Amino acid sequence: MGPLVPDIISSNLNFIMAFVIGILFGMILEQAGFSTSKKLVGLFYGYDFTVLRVFFTAGVVAMTGVMGLKHFGLLDINLVYINPTFLWSAIIGGLIMGLGFVLGGFCPGTSVCAAAIGKLDAMIFIGGSFIGVLVFAEGYPLFEGLYKAKNLGNPRIFETFNIPETMFAFLMTLIAIFAFLAVSVIERKVNGLEREPFRIDPYRAALAAGAVVLVVLSLAFTDKRNDLLKNIEDKAFVENYKLKEISPDQFALCIMRMEECDKFQIFDFRDEETYRKMSFPKSTLFTLENLFEKEPVKLLNIKHRTTVFIADDEMTERKMAVVATELGFKRIAILKGGVSEFSRQVLEFSSAGTPATNEEEYIKRFRTKAKQLIPVIIENNKPQGGVKKTQKRVIGGC
Amino acid sequence: MNAEKIPAGPRPYMNPYLAGVLLGLLLTATIYITGRGLGASGAVKAVTATAVQTIAPSHTASTKFYQEYSVEHGGGTPLKNWLVFEVAGVLLGAFLSGLISERLGFKLEKGPGSTKRARLYGAIIGGILWGVGSQLGRGCTSGAALSGLAVMSTGGILTMASIFAGAYAFAWFFRKLWL
Repeated sequence: MGPLVPDIISSNLNFIMAFVIGILFGMILEQAGFSTSKKLVGLFYGYDFTVLRVFFTAGVVAMTGVMGLKHFGLLDINLVYINPTFLWSAIIGGLIMGLGFVLGGFCPGTSVCAAAIGKLDAMIFIGGSFIGVLVFAEGYPLFEGLYKAKNLGNPRIFETFNIPETMFAFLMTLIAIFAFLAVSVIERKVNGLEREPFRIDPYRAALAAGAVVLVVLSLAFTDKRNDLLKNIEDKAFVENYKLKEISPDQFALCIMRMEECDKFQIFDFRDEETYRKMSFPKSTLFTLENLFEKEPVKLLNIKHRTTVFIADDEMTERKMAVVATELGFKRIAILKGGVSEFSRQVLEFSSAGTPATNEEEYIKRFRTKAKQLIPVIIENNKPQGGVKKTQKRVIGGC
Repeated sequence: MNAEKIPAGPRPYMNPYLAGVLLGLLLTATIYITGRGLGASGAVKAVTATAVQTIAPSHTASTKFYQEYSVEHGGGTPLKNWLVFEVAGVLLGAFLSGLISERLGFKLEKGPGSTKRARLYGAIIGGILWGVGSQLGRGCTSGAALSGLAVMSTGGILTMASIFAGAYAFAWFFRKLWL
């Protein structure tokens, strides 16, 4: 699960990644024509909309890409940097940058590209941007009020508007496609070009196909978490879902032989208080949220290890196990009847009555032994609690 | 391939939609690998902070902006910053691209009706405005607008809308620079 930093790609390797990513970034920008101010500002005077086409195509592709990674459980969005929202400084800062764009002809990234191929105006622009940061730094007491006003946290746009994530992606994709069509018309008019007769050529067909693919994907990459939560609302679906079940006796046997049973682990979905009072060996306190997080799910990916999901009742166990199975995790089992049934059958086993068959006799002997041993095991077990999450949200931004 | 058929001078630019798809995929990969998007203005900030620290260390120690910057970025030298490495890459990548497509050469580019002097003043003032604006907006076109759109950050998208709105609002006043 991504992001690959810092565990799969170390912090130092990340700097090399940054350099490599930068090379590709610079190449794409330069190849697209972002190294010339005349082309860049064409967007604001209507004679060249290259920037708009590149920018919005990239934005929509990346937005859909991130949604896709999340949909397939490849990216833990809680660890990804989400630009914070400070309402007024975002708006005023943006307007100042807009003014800087038409005056300077560049933005910072494009000015670096242009300077790299020898554009003198870009070098001057970069000099100006250093002065600008210095002005901000020295005048910080003046700017600070505005800079920190109206902090709304790190909301994502669909949360702000309270619409589904895919809805925003879909609308944004449509807006982009509409903008591409509209600017082609404007561009022709401003440059005094004749309207070409409409015909379908391979290039146009490819563009249309690309647009259709993006629209479909924007709707297809739904939030897996919401989908699964909706699915487990359906009681019949959860009850009929094929899951590996472990009987209370099997579970008891496992608890008693835990030392030699290294292929076993327990995820405890009860609340923390109950867990602290009565925790089994090799059990981890777990929550539904954990199933979608990078560090906790590492435990589920350990090879040859069966994970038993336990909760007070079987229904909760089933729900969690369905979510985990649907997310693609293997070797998951549930405790039949839940912890309540286990307590009733094993921990509170009543040896009264004479067993009728041999089998009942064995069960009686086993449960009598388990009833004595397991409370001691529980007593001696030090609850290890939930999964310790050491990774924080990546610090990004400028 | 017949070498004579390749015209001399700069090669044509890449198709904008193709460039957009490539840039979008690069940004997706960047977020997947590093958990953060692309950026540019942060590198300017890091270099400025380093320069001031080197020239006037006592000044940085007593100025709130640099103190907050240092805390935010976990101390250490500001140059050991992800964006500094990334922008160094941009410099090299753009240079290589210009080399391949034969676009290298010192040149002051300006609109047909503009003077060199006006262009230089525009560039430096524009740069200053970006320096201030990108601090307020917590990122520029790359860090706030593009990367913000990719992760659907409300703040990033708001900054993006404001940049474009500002540019269109002010474009008319500076048309002589470009038209």
